[in-house]
Amino acid sequence: MGYEISLLTFMGISIIGSLSLNLITGFCGQVSLGHVAFVGMGAYTASILTKADTPFFVALLAGMLLAGSFGVMVGLASLRVRHDFLAITTMGVNFVFLGVVREQEWLGGELGVSSIPDPGLGKLGFLALVLGCVILVALLSLQIRRSWMGYVFEAVSGDEDTARMLGLDVSRYKLIAFALGTALAGLSGGLYAHHVRFIFPDSFAFVESITLLAMVVIGGNGSILGVIVASALLSVLPQWFQFIGDYKLLLYGSLLFVVMRFSPGGLAGLAKYIFPKSKKSFGLKENR
Amino acid sequence: MLYLELFLQGLLQGSIYALVAVGLTLVYGLLRILHVAHAGLYTLGGYFGVLVFNSTGSLMLSGIVAMFGVGILGVIIYRLCYEAILDQPPYVPLIASIGLFIAMEELYRILFGSYGISYTNPPLQQMLPLGGMYLREGEWVTILVSIILIGGLAWLSSRTRLGLAWRATVTDPQMAESFGIDPIRVRYFNFFIGSALAGTAGMIVGILNNLVEPTMGSVPSYKALAIIVLGGLGSVRGTLVAALMLGVVESFGTIYLGNVLNRDAIAFVFLILVLMVRPQGMFRGV
Repeated sequence: MGYEISLLTFMGISIIGSLSLNLITGFCGQVSLGHVAFVGMGAYTASILTKADTPFFVALLAGMLLAGSFGVMVGLASLRVRHDFLAITTMGVNFVFLGVVREQEWLGGELGVSSIPDPGLGKLGFLALVLGCVILVALLSLQIRRSWMGYVFEAVSGDEDTARMLGLDVSRYKLIAFALGTALAGLSGGLYAHHVRFIFPDSFAFVESITLLAMVVIGGNGSILGVIVASALLSVLPQWFQFIGDYKLLLYGSLLFVVMRFSPGGLAGLAKYIFPKSKKSFGLKENR
Repeated sequence: MLYLELFLQGLLQGSIYALVAVGLTLVYGLLRILHVAHAGLYTLGGYFGVLVFNSTGSLMLSGIVAMFGVGILGVIIYRLCYEAILDQPPYVPLIASIGLFIAMEELYRILFGSYGISYTNPPLQQMLPLGGMYLREGEWVTILVSIILIGGLAWLSSRTRLGLAWRATVTDPQMAESFGIDPIRVRYFNFFIGSALAGTAGMIVGILNNLVEPTMGSVPSYKALAIIVLGGLGSVRGTLVAALMLGVVESFGTIYLGNVLNRDAIAFVFLILVLMVRPQGMFRGV
C-alpha cells in the first residue's frame, strides 16, 4: 500500500505543477521553459523554514509567496520581451536559479537539503492534503476560465496587440497569470519537498521544466482535463517503465516527439479528432 | 598575460559556440523554429569524427564524413520532423525538437555506451607556440576552421546566386517564390549548411577534449539558444558577435564570479541583462 500511496501523492504534486504552468502557458499563452525554478523556490523556502521549526502550513504559504514574487519579476520581463525571446528568457531563469543554488552553502550547495521534517499528517493524511490541493487548483482553473479574466487571458494568448487595442490592460493580466501560476508552482514545490523530504539542485533541472511543459502540451495546451490526464500518465510512466529501464528516456523523448509531430493538439486534440461530433470542445480553444 | 590568455581562451570557446549557433540562427531565420535537436547533430559530428578516425586514421576523411553525413541527416530531420508542423504555434516544433534531442542523446548512449569514446591515437595534441601564444595544434586548427567556414558562409550568402536566393527567401518567402526560387530547396540547403557546421564543431570539440560523450550536446544546446537570442534571433552577424562575446565573458566570469554562479549560469545572467535593456537582442534580426 505504501508504494501506491506514495505514487498517488507524487502524481497529485505533478498535476498541481502542470496545472499551474497551464495557467501561464495554456490560458495566457506565455510559453515558460523554466517553470520548475519556481517549484524549486517553493521547495527550498518551505523546507528551510520547516527545518527552522516553522509550522508546515506557514512554510508552505511562505514558499508560495516567494515563488509568486519571483514570478511577478519574470512577468515583468514578459512585458518587455515576447514570444521566443520570452521562452528563452524563462529557460535562462531556470539555469540562473540552478547556478545560484548550486553555489550557496546555506542552501546545501550540490548536496541539497536533507532530513526535511515530516509534516506529521501520516502518509494517507498527506495524500489527502495533496489531492485536496489538486481539486482546489483544478476548480480555480475552471473558475478562471469561465470568468472575465479567462476571456482576457484568451485574448492575450490569441493576439496580444489586438487585445491591447481593445483597451484591455494586457500587462496587468499577464502579471496576474505569472503571479498565480508561479505561486501555485511554489505550492507544488513545498508539497514535493515534504513528500520526498530530501531535495537537491538536480531535482529542479531544466529537464524537469520540459517535463512540466510536456504534460501541459501533451494534455492539450489550455485543456484542464487533458493536462490532468497527461500529467497523471507522464508522472507514473517512468515507474511503470522500470522493466525497460535503460530505454526509459529514449521512449519518453520519442513520445514527446511523436505526439507533437502527429497530434499537435495533444490528448485533447486527439479526443476531438476521435469524437468530432461531440459538442464538448475538450477544453481546446477554437481554431487553434 | 593572464588577461590575454583568458581572452584567447574565450575567443576559442566562442568560435566553437559560433559554429553551433550559426546553424541554429539560419534555421530560425528561415522557419522560426527553435531547433534544439541541432545539438544532437553536433554530438553526432563528434561520433562520426572519432569512429571514422579510429578505423581509418585519416583526419581528412573523418572531417568529411562528420561534415557531410551530419549535413544530410539535418536535411532528413527537417523533411521527416519539421515539415509537417511548420504551421503550428511555435511551441509545437519546440517541444517536438526537445523530445527528439532527448531521444537522440539516449540513442547515442545505448549505441556507443555512456562513458564515451576517445581517440585511440589522438591527433593534433602537440603544443605549437605561435606569435608568443602557447596553444595546442588542435586549438589553432579550431580557430582556422571557424574562420574558413564562417568566411565561406559569408561568401556563399553574399556572392553566389544560391546565397541570393537564400537571403531573398528569408526576407520575403512569397516574393522569392514568385521570382522562381524553390523555397523547399532553399530549406534543404539551409538545414544542410547549418547541420554541417554543427557536425564540424562537434568533431573539433571531440578532438580538443579527446572524448565524445552522449551528453556533450546538452550544454551547447541551451547555450546556443541563448546566443542566438542575444544576437537578435535570425541575424547571422549578431550571432557571431554574441558567440565570441559570450565566450570571453564566460572565461573572465569563471575566474571572477566563480563562487557565486557556475559557468553555465553566467551565459543566462548575461542574456537576461541584455534582453532587459534591448528586448530585440543586440542586433536586429534579418
